[in-house]
Amino acid sequence: MFGLGGGTCSYQEISETDVILLWGSNAREAHPIFFHHLLRGLEGGAVMYAVDPRRTSSAEFADVWLGLDVGTDIALSNTVAREIIAQGMHNRFFIDHATTGFDAYAASVEPFTLDEGERLTGVPAGAIAEMAHRYATADRAQILWTLGITEHHTAVENVLSLCNLALLTGHVGRRGSGLVPLRGQNNVQGGGDMGALPDRLPGFQPITDPQARARYESTWGCELNPVPGKHLTAMFEAMEDGELRALYVIGENPADSEANVAHARKLLEGLDLLVVQDISLTRTARMADVVLPATAGWSSSEGTVTSSERRVQRVRAAVPPQGDALDDVRIISDLAAHMGAQWTATSAQELWDEMRSLSPLHGGMSWERLEASGGLQWPCPHDDHPGTEFLHGWLWEPDLDGHAPAPFSAVIHRPPAEALSEQFPLRLTTGRVLDSYNTGAQSAGYSSPIRSGDAIEISPADASDIGIVEGDTVRVSSPRGSVDMDVHVTDRLPTGLVFTTFHFPELVDANLLTNDAWDARSGTAEFKAAAVRIDPLRPVTAVAGSTSGTAVADRASGSAAAGGGGG
Amino acid sequence: MTRSCESPRTEDETAQVTLSIDGREVTVPEGETVLAACTAAGVETPTICWAPNLTPVNVCRVCVVELEGSRTLVPACSRPAEAGMQISTDSERVRHSRRMVLEFLGSANDLSQASEIADWSRTYGADPARYEGSGTRGASGGSGDDDGGSHEQPGPERVDEPVRIQDDLYIRAYERCVLCYKCVEACGDDAQHTFAIAVAGRGFDARIRTEYDAELPDSACVYCGNCVAVCPTGALQFRTEFDLRAVGEWRPDDQAVTRTVCSYCGVGCNLELHVQDERIVKVTSPADHSVTSGHLCIKGRFGWQYVHAPAFEPPTTSAAEH
Repeated sequence: MFGLGGGTCSYQEISETDVILLWGSNAREAHPIFFHHLLRGLEGGAVMYAVDPRRTSSAEFADVWLGLDVGTDIALSNTVAREIIAQGMHNRFFIDHATTGFDAYAASVEPFTLDEGERLTGVPAGAIAEMAHRYATADRAQILWTLGITEHHTAVENVLSLCNLALLTGHVGRRGSGLVPLRGQNNVQGGGDMGALPDRLPGFQPITDPQARARYESTWGCELNPVPGKHLTAMFEAMEDGELRALYVIGENPADSEANVAHARKLLEGLDLLVVQDISLTRTARMADVVLPATAGWSSSEGTVTSSERRVQRVRAAVPPQGDALDDVRIISDLAAHMGAQWTATSAQELWDEMRSLSPLHGGMSWERLEASGGLQWPCPHDDHPGTEFLHGWLWEPDLDGHAPAPFSAVIHRPPAEALSEQFPLRLTTGRVLDSYNTGAQSAGYSSPIRSGDAIEISPADASDIGIVEGDTVRVSSPRGSVDMDVHVTDRLPTGLVFTTFHFPELVDANLLTNDAWDARSGTAEFKAAAVRIDPLRPVTAVAGSTSGTAVADRASGSAAAGGGGG
Repeated sequence: MTRSCESPRTEDETAQVTLSIDGREVTVPEGETVLAACTAAGVETPTICWAPNLTPVNVCRVCVVELEGSRTLVPACSRPAEAGMQISTDSERVRHSRRMVLEFLGSANDLSQASEIADWSRTYGADPARYEGSGTRGASGGSGDDDGGSHEQPGPERVDEPVRIQDDLYIRAYERCVLCYKCVEACGDDAQHTFAIAVAGRGFDARIRTEYDAELPDSACVYCGNCVAVCPTGALQFRTEFDLRAVGEWRPDDQAVTRTVCSYCGVGCNLELHVQDERIVKVTSPADHSVTSGHLCIKGRFGWQYVHAPAFEPPTTSAAEH
């Protein structure tokens, strides 16, 4: 955000802040040790608002839970903004000093009165107003989010809507205040930093920037294609069009993890060549023409990863690889050699030194410093630089330290791509649980005493309407497919919403249900909002009164709705 | 100098206090403890219930020191250092008290796997065996009353409970538990905030228990293992260590410890992989690491087994209970 792709705060700052907006994040389960820092903040007196369609285990620690309908995050943030402006609680000094586009933004949120916000989101107007007032008037405040914000067809707009709130109140660029996307994988931050994005070079430099490109071209002695590549979703579209015929997949299991996964599998099967490099024989690997066995990066190779607080830390080899598995760098170097390139610098330290000679953000992070310290936070431009605790302090400097002002981004509320219907009356959202991880390639390997498998979670009212009880097996269907699942009835979910995890695809193929409608800017699919129906697989004893038909009418006539998510 | 939110406090701004440890002047930041002052003075202090990443609970009393002007010995781990304090750490009174504490604990508990406590017991000449009488030992686990009317010099009562093995991740052997409260603190508001365990019962019958003594998988426990990581006696033990000990193959001296970063989620928790015979046998985190303070979650602590799975078999799931 504001030109850098990283969270603005350090973990330490959450224990010193005054107001916490945990938005579309179940950090208690998905980021448990970050949550320890957050708990210290709560013990120190911070107030927390949890924004999530589900009453998650994180929300239980909040002062207020705002259970919005899935997919109404922008409606909620725009309502918060309008209320802050209407009460004169916005930070006029900061807005004038450091931002542009306020008037257009203020006009864009004007229709979102508290009543309208309540109608669109399902959150009581009083709760929205309270959160708006506390956030705006806090000395220090942070907004944290995860996939509940980004796994929507409005992913980038959802993020921008939260950035707007920070600009409106000046809660960014100061110690204790900021915007924090919690990263879901140990190097998703580092991967982006290193240029594993379609439009970036290492150091998050745009590939479209001729000057940046020239530096890499001179070091690497070759010409670089200036045209940005394709993100994951665009790759699948290109497969569909027949434009993309060969795929090399490293450490990803799209045959299980993609939304609308039946469609993804068909496209993968239709490729001329599929090469998979992974630590185990995932479903994707089993479809491959060639499998390259790789070692687990964190335990059997040397290198670095970068965390959600931009901290670069060393990973080290502790155990030898299994069987014929090789380090990722070795596999890629050997491939390069087969293609005629003789790379000489292939140790982790040599690669790191080359990278930091090209990336100003990492220039001061010598291998020795990384070895000696508990990691360094970028930007760290030179050898004497201590690393950067929080980003964008320039927003408060007299002349913005030479930066252009930060723009507000007017964003409109658009409901989920897939509306509820009479045939599919329930909203399905997905997320992680504490003891498991993604498609289980790693976490299925240990025996967790608290593991429950991928059940369909449902509210007591909906379960009663359908005539199902805890432990039943039901058929869950979306417009894309059907999956048989066990039922878990829970009062953590509101009426109309059902939830599942996706950690055991070999047993429960949950992504057969999810929607692959995607955000045009980030390529993220809308895992958080599908329309489903639930049919019992045993004869249902007569249930008096309501049927799922009336539930349909209620849900479909309202906001059509929904949104945020919690992953 | 004034402090603002933009200028975090630095050491220069913290007041210092100077005190005397065994006749040697030592200066520490205000707010530090006598224990920290002893460490700064190069004096090693025995501790059982203290840990750098937990709030002191002052229950074990093995760290007591003599403070001039104080009627009683004071616990070094929690007594704030004050300017002008005259502290003796090796007086006969201190040595006597520490020896008694170690003997009492040793007389009631199995400390065979508490290597640090064993070292301190040697240092202070603690001999738990001297309490053993001619009578029976081990009226345990029950009411705490004397055994059925035996009045001839009973031996010291001992905690005698069967090992509780209720899952594949860690075991509980309460015959080794000295009630130091560290596990309770780590499970509670010092770290995990799960509050799955507490001390239940009174006097000799006090035990660490889950709610209603439920079996672990049925309790509030979320298996972060932070209780195991802080246990000083092996009363709580990772299953890998327990199983290796059972076959005489637990060899700490042969274990290499490598620091790396957890592969689950983007928080960046540092892990110490304890590796014996090319296999991970234990995972810890450094208490002074800014991200974890030594604490982990179930995935980081226990989710490493796949590293040793036979290469390139399809992932098997262990959702058998499902």
